[in-house]
Amino acid sequence: MNIAAIHTVTDIAPEILRLNDVRVRFPVSNDWLGRPKGHAHALNGIDLEVRAGETLGIVGESGCGKSTLAQLLMGLVAPTSGELNWVARKNGEGRNNVQIVFQDPQSSLDPRLPIWKIITEPLSARGNAPRAKMRDIAAKVASQVGIRPEYLDRFPHQFSGGQRQRIAIARALSSDPDIIVLDEPTSALDISVQAQILNLLAELQRARNLTYILISHNVSVVRHMANRVAVMYLGQIVELGSAGQVLDQPRHPYTRLLLEAVPRLGVPLHAEQIAAPTELPGNRQLPEGCFFRERCNLCTGGCEKPQAMKGNEHHRVRCHVKG
Amino acid sequence: MTMHSSTPVLTINNLSLEFPAYKNNVKALNGVSLHVNPGEIVGVVGESGSGKSVTAMLTMRLLPERSYRITEGSLSMLNRDMLAASEKELLQIRGRDAAMIFQEPMTALNPTRRIGRQMLDVIIHHQKISASDARQKAIALLRDMHIASPEQVLESYPFELSGGMRQRVMIALAFSCEPQLLIADEPTTALDVTVQRQVLLLLREKARQKGTAILLITHDMALVSQFCDRVYVMYTGAVVEQGCTNEVMGNPQHPYTQGLLSGLPEMVEPGHPLMTIPGQVPNLASLPVGCTFEERCPHSMPVCAKRPNLVSINGNDQRKSACWLPVKELS
Repeated sequence: MNIAAIHTVTDIAPEILRLNDVRVRFPVSNDWLGRPKGHAHALNGIDLEVRAGETLGIVGESGCGKSTLAQLLMGLVAPTSGELNWVARKNGEGRNNVQIVFQDPQSSLDPRLPIWKIITEPLSARGNAPRAKMRDIAAKVASQVGIRPEYLDRFPHQFSGGQRQRIAIARALSSDPDIIVLDEPTSALDISVQAQILNLLAELQRARNLTYILISHNVSVVRHMANRVAVMYLGQIVELGSAGQVLDQPRHPYTRLLLEAVPRLGVPLHAEQIAAPTELPGNRQLPEGCFFRERCNLCTGGCEKPQAMKGNEHHRVRCHVKG
Repeated sequence: MTMHSSTPVLTINNLSLEFPAYKNNVKALNGVSLHVNPGEIVGVVGESGSGKSVTAMLTMRLLPERSYRITEGSLSMLNRDMLAASEKELLQIRGRDAAMIFQEPMTALNPTRRIGRQMLDVIIHHQKISASDARQKAIALLRDMHIASPEQVLESYPFELSGGMRQRVMIALAFSCEPQLLIADEPTTALDVTVQRQVLLLLREKARQKGTAILLITHDMALVSQFCDRVYVMYTGAVVEQGCTNEVMGNPQHPYTQGLLSGLPEMVEPGHPLMTIPGQVPNLASLPVGCTFEERCPHSMPVCAKRPNLVSINGNDQRKSACWLPVKELS
């Protein structure tokens, strides 16, 4: 399948989820009356749409709000303001089905359950499948991810890291979700296993028309998997567009900084910017104006005002210089 | 860059190690040979279970005594037999002649004591200088790591610092006694890419300046290609390929190295399937008699039932591969 074909597919694909100016903040400490003294601003105005059958990659450093966004999509955190709109529901039910694959399969699988029960846990939680059929469903999904049916009664500790991640993927698949959130799905795995898991995810997506939201700090994994990419900085999306445009022709200075820092085969390390600040500003007190201003080498007049996303449908940037 | 004439700071010769276990002993190292020359940056890459961390831990004798058994081979650091060193000698060697940086700086630093106290302990122990001199030295070391306010960092507890800052403190501490060898076991795995690059640059700048050799243990091929002069590729406790970084990365000879490199997502067009190495790493408690990579290898032949030795390629004694396949020329 060539890249152009993927893009045309996602352009006409219906939106299934739209986030409008979503903000999330957490109270950090309370005074003696129990009133919050300050807030950690985790998400600061996210506008995003998710289309059916696409892979949306989300990249950014730790502390930029990637995981809060994942929790928000899972329904584990409610937005402080703004809204999540489920546009079209696949099964026409009242509940939205979002499943997640975590980074570490060791700690995200219950060590005391046989894997067929782990795989069908989302089904029992939702209570919409007959108990007698659970094992058959588990066998079917397990074979799709490359786990042999005779292993269904084994426990997680009897599997290798790569197989455990396959089980975690099977669990996410079993309830036929609208969206699967992949939270760093391969960063706990070895290189040779990483390739197997990425191939499996791509194959499953083609066969079942799945929608992925891939959260990762590994840019090459995102480049390989994603159709569209959102770059996050301090709880905002600073650049959003097709994977080719954002990762090959980045426009926002932060995206450039991030991509330059990614180790690449055969490209020597250059010593410039050794003392440049590499830390995110704190999210207790949000900076005035453009959030990236302090680390930006293009900072000029106009950066003291908050920035809006500029650009066309295929490539939007939150920067008045490069927008 | 590489100094071939001088004696290596670290020489590991045909070292085999096993962990006794019920029934079958786990053979973690199976004849590892490697050396690090003064001032050189050497990478060791491999997947989990390849023995790279065991090698690093054993070099500093940090594995719990009596939990392992050396079956053959030798390990010498700065012409001293590390396998025979007593605990008292080790206390002098660790930190002064050779230092180590771990993956997770949060667990390597004591969470209940201030950074200053911890740094001063090491400096005073090895250098026998007064507390105020040691403090001046700690401040200078932190300033070298491009930390803007060293005095403030000395008064902080580890949890008050960010991950990149903690790792910089660890590097400053590792260089405090100007060691000749620094072992860095996955030093940047817990860090973000922008911080990773900065930490690596600081590490390299300082090492070049002081003439310190670095043994970098990692699983990241791209990082090795950017950072190291020479590289060893390990699999099931043995070196399968070694050589200059750009030769190993540009023209890999062993099918395992070839598999590792072609499995990287950046090696194929986005959306196309990645090359994979089929199967899994064999169990270290029951390794096959022949080549340990045979059952996963696309070029498996009858001769692979015998284990291949690490042999020189084109008469170059730095460039070696453990495979029966004829040498592949770069096309």
